[in-house]
Amino acid sequence: MAPQIATVELTFSPLPVHVRTARLVATAVARRGGVEEALLDEVRLAVGEACSRAVEVHQQQCPAEPVRVELRDGADRFEVMVSDRVPNDDPAGEAATEVSPDLAELNGDLNLGFAVIAGLADDVDIASTPAGVEITMSWPVKKD
Amino acid sequence: MDLKVSDYTTDDDLTVINVEGEIDVYTAPKLREKLIDLVNKGKYHLLVDMEKVEFLDSTGLGVLVGGLKRVRAHDGSLELVCTQERILKIFRITGLTKVFGIFDSVDDAREHRKKQK
Repeated sequence: MAPQIATVELTFSPLPVHVRTARLVATAVARRGGVEEALLDEVRLAVGEACSRAVEVHQQQCPAEPVRVELRDGADRFEVMVSDRVPNDDPAGEAATEVSPDLAELNGDLNLGFAVIAGLADDVDIASTPAGVEITMSWPVKKD
Repeated sequence: MDLKVSDYTTDDDLTVINVEGEIDVYTAPKLREKLIDLVNKGKYHLLVDMEKVEFLDSTGLGVLVGGLKRVRAHDGSLELVCTQERILKIFRITGLTKVFGIFDSVDDAREHRKKQK
């Protein structure tokens, strides 16, 4: 079976300011793909959370590598995959390297990001691959 | 939209922080600095008015929890004004509705505070 081709692919330098851009793009593609208006806030927030996490781990370990977002507009589901390039990172556990207290306070000493993603995305899969961590989320679409 | 943060202190020694815009990984440090600055100035009873907040993510939640820890170290309080369902939903998902006092208005929060005294 041929791999599913992303409708939109986005790569960005791991800077917090670009997370907002990723949120805006994801929301626009989701709207166009038929995700109900009531779910768009959830898409926006969940994609932002996944991108924020990826930016955080890239800044710690590989600041020159871009974060990758793939948006797939399928027949039944709108799917988003956010990939980082930090292998051996335990996505739902402790950070792989020591984090400054400031960063920990800002970004997740409570691991709130994963709680938000799990609470918002209709379907979530977190995979740790040799290349890095992939967070895949999807929502239903309505096609006319 | 950038984050706008301003504050004033009421005659009952409550410092109200008005927040306007999006609180995310990019803008949250600004709110964090404001909370730290207020605590350093001896303001230990804080009320964050979130009625004009358009977006809040877990980074923003982390900053609010950090602020709460700081004021509690001085027997203080950090409470919120929020009626927007899409913002309240994030507090519910993370269980933080049990951690923060959340009020419909600044007046409601002040009234509650008077009754507590």
